Amino acid sequence: MAESDPALAVVAKPSHPHDSARLHVSGAARYIDDEPEPAGMLHLAFGQSSMAHARIAAMDLAAVRKAEGVVAVFRAQDIPGANDVSPVAGDDRLLAAGEVINVGQPVFLVAATSRNAARKAATMGRIDYEPLPMTLTIADARAAASLIEPTQRMARGDATSALTAAPLHLSSGFEIGGQDHFYLEGQIATATPREDGQIHVLSSTQHPSEVQHLIAHMLGLPSSDVTVEVRRMGGAFGGKETQAALFAAAAALVAAKTGRPAKFRADRDDDMAITGKRHEFRVDYEVGFDEVGHILALRLQLASRCGATVDLSPAINDRAMFHADNCYWLPHIEIVSERLKTNTVSATAFRGFGGPQGMLAIERVIDEVAARLGLDPIEVRCANLYGPGRDVTPYGMTVTDNIAPQLIARLRATSGYDARRAAIASFNASSPVLKRGIALTPVKFGISFTTTHLNQAGALVHVYADGSIQINHGGTEMGQGLYIKVAQVVADVFAVPVSRVRITATRTDKVPNTSATAASAGADLNGMAAHRAATAIRDRLTAFLASIRGCEPGDVCFTPEGVAIGAEVLPFDKLCRLAHFGRISLSATGFYATPEIHYDRATHQGRPFYYFAYGAAVTEVAIDTLTGEHKVLGVDILHDVGRSLNPGIDRGQIEGGFVQGQGWLTTEQLVFDDKGRLLTHSPATYKIPTASDRPRRFNIDLWDGENVAPTINRSKAVGEPPLMLAISVFSALTQAVAATAPDTRRLPPLDAPATPEHILRAIAEHCEP
Amino acid sequence: MRFLLDGAVVEPGEIAPTTTVLEYLRTVLRRTGTMEGCAEGDCGACTVLVGELQTDCNGIAWRSVNACILFLPMLHGKALLTVESLGKPDALDPLQELMAANGSSQCGFCTPGFVMSLHGRRIGAAGHDLPAVDVLAGNLCRCTGYGPILDAADKLGPVARDDSATVAALRSIEPAETVAGRFGEQRWYVPRTNAALADLLAQHPDARIVAGATDVGLWVTKGLRDLGTVIFIGDIGELRAIEETPAGLTIGAGVRYAQAHAAFVRLHPALGELTRRIGGLQVRNSATIGGNVANGSPIGDGPPALIALGATLTLRGAAGTRSMPIEDYFLDYGKQDLRAGEFVERIYVPRPGPDDIVHISKLSRRFDSDISAVCGAFKLAVRDGRIVSASVAFGGMAATPRRATACEAALTDAPFTLASIERAAAALRTDYAPLSDVRGSADYRLKAAANLLLRLWHEAQGVSASLLALEATDG
Repeated sequence: MAESDPALAVVAKPSHPHDSARLHVSGAARYIDDEPEPAGMLHLAFGQSSMAHARIAAMDLAAVRKAEGVVAVFRAQDIPGANDVSPVAGDDRLLAAGEVINVGQPVFLVAATSRNAARKAATMGRIDYEPLPMTLTIADARAAASLIEPTQRMARGDATSALTAAPLHLSSGFEIGGQDHFYLEGQIATATPREDGQIHVLSSTQHPSEVQHLIAHMLGLPSSDVTVEVRRMGGAFGGKETQAALFAAAAALVAAKTGRPAKFRADRDDDMAITGKRHEFRVDYEVGFDEVGHILALRLQLASRCGATVDLSPAINDRAMFHADNCYWLPHIEIVSERLKTNTVSATAFRGFGGPQGMLAIERVIDEVAARLGLDPIEVRCANLYGPGRDVTPYGMTVTDNIAPQLIARLRATSGYDARRAAIASFNASSPVLKRGIALTPVKFGISFTTTHLNQAGALVHVYADGSIQINHGGTEMGQGLYIKVAQVVADVFAVPVSRVRITATRTDKVPNTSATAASAGADLNGMAAHRAATAIRDRLTAFLASIRGCEPGDVCFTPEGVAIGAEVLPFDKLCRLAHFGRISLSATGFYATPEIHYDRATHQGRPFYYFAYGAAVTEVAIDTLTGEHKVLGVDILHDVGRSLNPGIDRGQIEGGFVQGQGWLTTEQLVFDDKGRLLTHSPATYKIPTASDRPRRFNIDLWDGENVAPTINRSKAVGEPPLMLAISVFSALTQAVAATAPDTRRLPPLDAPATPEHILRAIAEHCEP
Repeated sequence: MRFLLDGAVVEPGEIAPTTTVLEYLRTVLRRTGTMEGCAEGDCGACTVLVGELQTDCNGIAWRSVNACILFLPMLHGKALLTVESLGKPDALDPLQELMAANGSSQCGFCTPGFVMSLHGRRIGAAGHDLPAVDVLAGNLCRCTGYGPILDAADKLGPVARDDSATVAALRSIEPAETVAGRFGEQRWYVPRTNAALADLLAQHPDARIVAGATDVGLWVTKGLRDLGTVIFIGDIGELRAIEETPAGLTIGAGVRYAQAHAAFVRLHPALGELTRRIGGLQVRNSATIGGNVANGSPIGDGPPALIALGATLTLRGAAGTRSMPIEDYFLDYGKQDLRAGEFVERIYVPRPGPDDIVHISKLSRRFDSDISAVCGAFKLAVRDGRIVSASVAFGGMAATPRRATACEAALTDAPFTLASIERAAAALRTDYAPLSDVRGSADYRLKAAANLLLRLWHEAQGVSASLLALEATDG
């Protein structure tokens, strides 16, 4: 990529509103359920397993078939091809075959003339189960050695000897809860049969290509006969990376078998019961350190509940290991990562993809070291930051873009951290019931898919003879503003207003073999691919104009006023018309593959990331020591997005990511009973943050810098990293609990999420003599 | 049945009485801007505005409600506004314009609901005087973190809405007497008077009474239940009356929480604060005080407070009325002292005296729009340093909302001291053996319940114990 390219000039970009903002606020943005329904549409529902682990001894679906409105009922044996909706391992069934492995697992599929008829009928199946031994919790799975893959180890140096040699050490552990995505638009897909066995699917998915391939295998079709399309999702957050395939495949099966269009719109409670969530973790550690808080050795055990199938758990748990260093140099480290198989819904991708759990683990270690030493945790954080000569991660990647020390120092000053911490200490001394806490935690998040081959993207740009432009790429829009960012990139190539660019739905028949829109890499990958496609057309236009005007291509310049050549300025649309008459192709594809990255999973060594995105947050909280309730009072964020493609969009990602992380660590608690049933399967019992949970003091600043890696506009990815800024909430809550017995040099045993019950329990244990 | 949508009368014809307004909008009228996020009244993506003639018939009283659990007959004779009633993409209303420009939407799915809640606030709908965070407590957004939406709410002031045409149109379709409908074998009624309701109940003793449908709605959308004969009582004017006297407050069973809010604040600020935290505004704009009592839930938030305040419940049936202390209504889990043909008519709440210390605390994972793990309410009459009477009730601690008699006994005639409070707190373990469930363990419930007495004590000593009053430290 030519850095001299004017379109790649690193400049401040404007904050165009989200491309669909005017449609959103007027209710005119179309989601899949808003599309007009063709005549004969069937509506679908799953009959679900009521058992966590059992053999299906018999299934009597007569009542289901007879129920009002039911047109067809399907079981596993009715699937013509592969009964598989999994991303990698081939172990996620569309419909259970012979055995059920978690409560809520789809067992049969009902197609009816109305959604309510399908839902009612789906409850009428009579299934006889023979119970099998079930493994529900991390402790159960450990005891049973139940794993989805062998335990992984990432290590450097000699943690064992260094632990022994360290002047001080401690060992401890804690639990981290999972999280439901709670995208406001539930899972949905519509499948329409087309001529000659082809099928068209509207799917609310982050991964249209995977949905396409799975449906093709499921129906025994070539991929070219299946088209998957998604214009927008009503939120996804990782929950529609692999989980959407189940519903799309069900709709496709019914469409293919009945010849009628079929829609599956999952009920919210069913959605929450059936689909995967963020991994729950148990973290244990032994840390060796010195009197000023340098971590000399760390042995970290990360155990996660992966659920009943593999899904993306290997990569997610890898990313937990990759982020267990966060911003810190850990000379002697051993990370052991257990990926436990349980009879619960398979855990899946969720914003941060394991990174949040790994990062929370190391921040907890830092807090504990600080407590033991009686130090302000910020001093221990600063003492352990990567720096010159101590800049290699446990996976062998040199950190060449480290801005954490400067970024932390600036935020420490602008947030008034030190003065506030002192004021909080005096508040706490005179406040018997309410206690405050404050914490600064940093974020360093690796950008790229750690599965190297996924780091590729394609784009398709059409310029029409009237000068209007249409773009398409492999990335999907879930609210994050990818479409507007890519549209801005393309508009800038032609120096036209972004309003001239029509953004079109992501479709597998336009750009094939795409990767999921995930890993925060959507704009990096698709922005660059679109840039290449647009540049190819611009180069043709330039050469054409130079040839008809008899001058050099270098004399042609695309400007906001039009295309300049010498003294002449030709409107862009005129040039397009001329080029069409001149028989110049005005359509091009673009392709991008992230350079330089490589990773050997066998040794857990390499350079899995193209670069790192940084940030830090200072959060102040207060707790009520009588009830365990808490309130987040203030947040100050300084975050690194490189040279932003759209500062307004990026701020939205930062704030939204933070609040989502805050929910994960505070109010959002998943509760399963001892039969493996999820009890928190609705917003009545599962509580994401509301408007009043947003702290009243909420300052967000963007770090003024650019990516050292030559990304599009030298920008940085922003989707996931800000979620981890909310680790400061948990750390501040820990400090507030610690204030109930300020003279003990122990860290309160707080588990995440910090519900009132967990906080009250931590206070009780912390205050025990 | 008929209702008004953007000035036009809509007559759905023969339709199941449990058809939700959301279903009808999306599938029949093809107004797809109103979204379904949860179908249980918890996310607000389906927020619409419902207007009805004010009692003086000169204006329209608007309120935001969740269309997902609003049954179509409940719209009878009313006006409806949806997001499509506002601006179009190329001609947005100023609120929409601001929200589109400032990043108030990301995925956009929840956005129409936010627009409608804030539009209601602008046009003076019920609860418009609340801070924006309270107006929006029933609207969930998973993308934005709420900042731009709250900014938009702060930037735009109220706007006058000309409702004269709506008033005239509603007058023309206003029903005079009971409206009845049928759908196949199923019958439904919308009576206008208590007498008509009593008659209907005498004819259909098994009929399902539906007031605000914030609970019964879920029996349909989640439980997929057939409700049989339904009597919608939301249009009975007598049931919606509030009478305030120096002695106390008489509230008709059909009074919605939002409607009672101001009177509750005047009765005692603690009752007002509890009311603010019952559901989101859309729920309080539908849910009735009578419904919250009548359904007998062990975790309803109204009953513990009403019990502690000494409320009296009046039931009405064909044979007349009978009254009882409200706690006597709750017999056991799922069992109430309600005879066939009876309905909850009104509740009387005496005004606390100047010597009374009233404290009400609701504990939940989230402050707003959550269900209590524990809800405790206390009324202590303290004279000359002694507690002369004590009334203590809890929700979430037993199969019904119930008084804590051992705790009350420990308090009564005791000096108002920390030692007495601690003894009374310990006595709660005699009163209750709570369950562990999704909202909290038995241990947490017992400990937190006891600590609420300490909170009361600290507050009485002037020690601040309210997290919600705190601001971040300056610096």
